[in-house]
Amino acid sequence: MLALVDCNNFYVSCERVFNPALEGKPVVVLSNNDGCVVARSPEAKALGIKMGTPIFQLRDAIAQHRIQVYSSNYTLYGDMSQRVMEVLSGFTPSIEVYSIDEAFLDFSGFAGRDLTAYGQTIRQTVRQWTGIPVSVGVGATKTLAKLANRQAKRSGSGVCVLEPERVETVLEAIALEDIWGIGRRYAVSLQSYGINTALDLQQADLDWVKQRYGIVMVRLVYELRGVSCLPLELVTPPKKSLMVSRSFGQTVTTLADLKGAIATFVSRAAEKLRRHQLNASVMTVFASSSRFQGEYYSRGATVSLLVATNQTPELLAGAMEGVERLYQPGVAFKRAGVLMQGLTPEQAVQMALWDSCVGEASPLENRLRQQALMQTVDRINQQFGAGTLRFGIQGFCQPWALQSKRRSPRYTTCWKSLLEV
Amino acid sequence: MLGLFSVLKVLHFCLQRQRSVVNSMLSGCIRMYYLIHSVLCMLSHLPPDRFFTPDLSRVYALPLYLVHISAGFPSPAEDYIEGSLDLNRHLIKHPAASFFVRVTGDSMIQAGIHSGDLLLVDRALEARSGRVVIAVVNGELTVKRLYQRQGRLFLVPENPDYEPLEITEAMDFQVWGVVTTVIHAV
Repeated sequence: MLALVDCNNFYVSCERVFNPALEGKPVVVLSNNDGCVVARSPEAKALGIKMGTPIFQLRDAIAQHRIQVYSSNYTLYGDMSQRVMEVLSGFTPSIEVYSIDEAFLDFSGFAGRDLTAYGQTIRQTVRQWTGIPVSVGVGATKTLAKLANRQAKRSGSGVCVLEPERVETVLEAIALEDIWGIGRRYAVSLQSYGINTALDLQQADLDWVKQRYGIVMVRLVYELRGVSCLPLELVTPPKKSLMVSRSFGQTVTTLADLKGAIATFVSRAAEKLRRHQLNASVMTVFASSSRFQGEYYSRGATVSLLVATNQTPELLAGAMEGVERLYQPGVAFKRAGVLMQGLTPEQAVQMALWDSCVGEASPLENRLRQQALMQTVDRINQQFGAGTLRFGIQGFCQPWALQSKRRSPRYTTCWKSLLEV
Repeated sequence: MLGLFSVLKVLHFCLQRQRSVVNSMLSGCIRMYYLIHSVLCMLSHLPPDRFFTPDLSRVYALPLYLVHISAGFPSPAEDYIEGSLDLNRHLIKHPAASFFVRVTGDSMIQAGIHSGDLLLVDRALEARSGRVVIAVVNGELTVKRLYQRQGRLFLVPENPDYEPLEITEAMDFQVWGVVTTVIHAV
């Protein structure tokens, strides 16, 4: 058996830990740039607020029901997520952290144990240690554990163990769209063949499923039958690409501002590359206008780097070349970003005949010096806050900067914003 | 630990089935004892249960050389280095459940908790009577000493200017965490 532990309304729960007055009130958390709703408290759900609703559509409801609105505080959520995962890893020999608020726990070898009671212990411990409420679903496969978790949330007890003999009765009441990995389109298609519930799918003919939908769906049917096809991924596979992109607080029309924005994203991406000890060999910068205003403009420019690198100055030089190619006067840019590709480990560098890293010494020595410099920059920014040391091209007044007017303090990661009692 | 030579000597006595000699040779290093368990059993055909009752009556101090020996004058301090002290490790028993909070106000001044101090809070600890806790009363966070007397629950300040607060059923009450340490700059 394995368990899926899922944090309930994770972002809202994080806000509530440090602001207990929010308990029992409708709360929503907004996406980056305060655009639309990405998390809702049960009270907000009860008011009929849907995921992804743009904030401007909610103005009246917010005033009428005194909905508490927060900008997303990913620094806080990330730290709280790590704490939850750390507590969870004490309950199992192997854990797969599936997303910021979900983890699969391996329960094989727990035969004979009362898993419902164990689930309750997990729930209570995570709640006490971190303040975050979680639900626990236990099943023979990941797909069944996911369904059990859904049941756990609905039942109110917070724990649901799907024993093999109970699976069929439960599947009978579950709609196709509620199965992990089945989208709206598949559901419609399956229904046209008379497959209406999860139980119908579980009992479908495998040859037919394979012929009609392919191997992915066959795996899903097996998973519903209790045969595990999706093993726990205990080690995160190495990153293949890395992206930093943002919507702008207000649109950008000048080349200098667009360069400033993209330069900021590039230095952020470079910082991430260095943290993961990776080099990029190809870089794509892209920018687009709003989909909702005027003619939609979207363009990208790909730059190959002579030598795979994670050094900000080199990446910036390449990126600025790209920005000149994609910039178009008269376009109001609403979004931009950078995608780093062809990632290779930092230790394995193939030097070039004509090295782009210029300096007085040999190419290798120049590179080592550059690396030492970037390490120092990273350390300073870590100690005194992101953006303390930056490149001039990033600009000082950043009109495009994100809106996050209602962000809560960084209670757990910044000495200046600790919780006060 | 034991040099190769010593191991050979142990084996030599093993093969001659001189239990007491082997026992006394190995008694100083119990781990090694188990490590070569299988080897000794195999070679000596001794009954394992008797053989592996370690003799703890004597203690041998075996020198452990981990330092590179180089020519020149060695640092006289090298032998005495034991690793450095880590305040985090010393103070924080449950990292995932530990939070820092900052104090405002002087209601706990006689417990040595001043305005502006940092408190280290461990949520994994059980809130027992007599402990200083961070509590939530009707949505407000506060630091007070928790007391339980004859089935009644109190939040008690440590400052004569403030009154204790009895927790009643009508109140929304919850213990947020237990304070373990005050960090006060002097």
